[in-house]
Amino acid sequence: MAEANSARHGGIPQLVAIGAAAGMFSAVFGVGGGILVVPLLITLMGYDTRTATATSLAAIIFVAVWGTVAHGALGNVEYGHAMLVGIPAMLGVTLGVALKRRLPTEVLTYLFAGMMVAVAVLLVVE
Amino acid sequence: MELLAVALLGVAAGVVAGLFGVGGGVIFVPALTLVVGLSQLHAEATSLLAIVPVALLGSWQQRRHGHIRWRDAGVIGAASVVTAIAGAFIADAAPERVLRIAFAALLVVTAAQLCLRSRRDARARAAAAGPPPTAP
Repeated sequence: MAEANSARHGGIPQLVAIGAAAGMFSAVFGVGGGILVVPLLITLMGYDTRTATATSLAAIIFVAVWGTVAHGALGNVEYGHAMLVGIPAMLGVTLGVALKRRLPTEVLTYLFAGMMVAVAVLLVVE
Repeated sequence: MELLAVALLGVAAGVVAGLFGVGGGVIFVPALTLVVGLSQLHAEATSLLAIVPVALLGSWQQRRHGHIRWRDAGVIGAASVVTAIAGAFIADAAPERVLRIAFAALLVVTAAQLCLRSRRDARARAAAAGPPPTAP
């Protein structure tokens, strides 16, 4: 609890609220919920972006596990596919983070954002 | 052969996640529905399990930098149990079409957030570089 050196705006109640929101978001959308947790940690807890991103990633381990257990009990998890995608993705993330330091990512980001919108359209019309 | 394609898809999803700083989920779910052919519900549930090793690795790589506040992450994780279970039941009961449209909307919001963040970062870099030096 001796964290007086860091500027904390919030405490346990805020963290509990963030966790509750993250659990619902994650299990309904099948994502980790970083898009929700990161801004909430910044606004409610006074975190800087880097600490918020890193802490969100760690929190997602737990959040995704609960969602997996619940969806697994409902028979919705395809375990083989999850491992077939998730384990190679560990290699991919390492590559991606290394590339990020070497590539000018701004233009790529806009291209990727455009691709996401195209995928969204495809999901709806398919 | 199909297994190899799915594994390559996993690598690609990871590269994109690492490169753009988005979670794996926004890539896993469309890949699992559009390419592998899972239902939206099963793709979302499967994506959650696929996220676990990626988040574990990411956290492991972050540990030296000391940015993770484990106590806070633990509180968030503990507080998410009930709503995660409720969320799974809601997704399970929701019509496939509704899940798809909601997920598509999430993709659009994520794309917008990415663009805003990228523009803000570019401005921050420009500001850090400062105005061109003037002669004293």
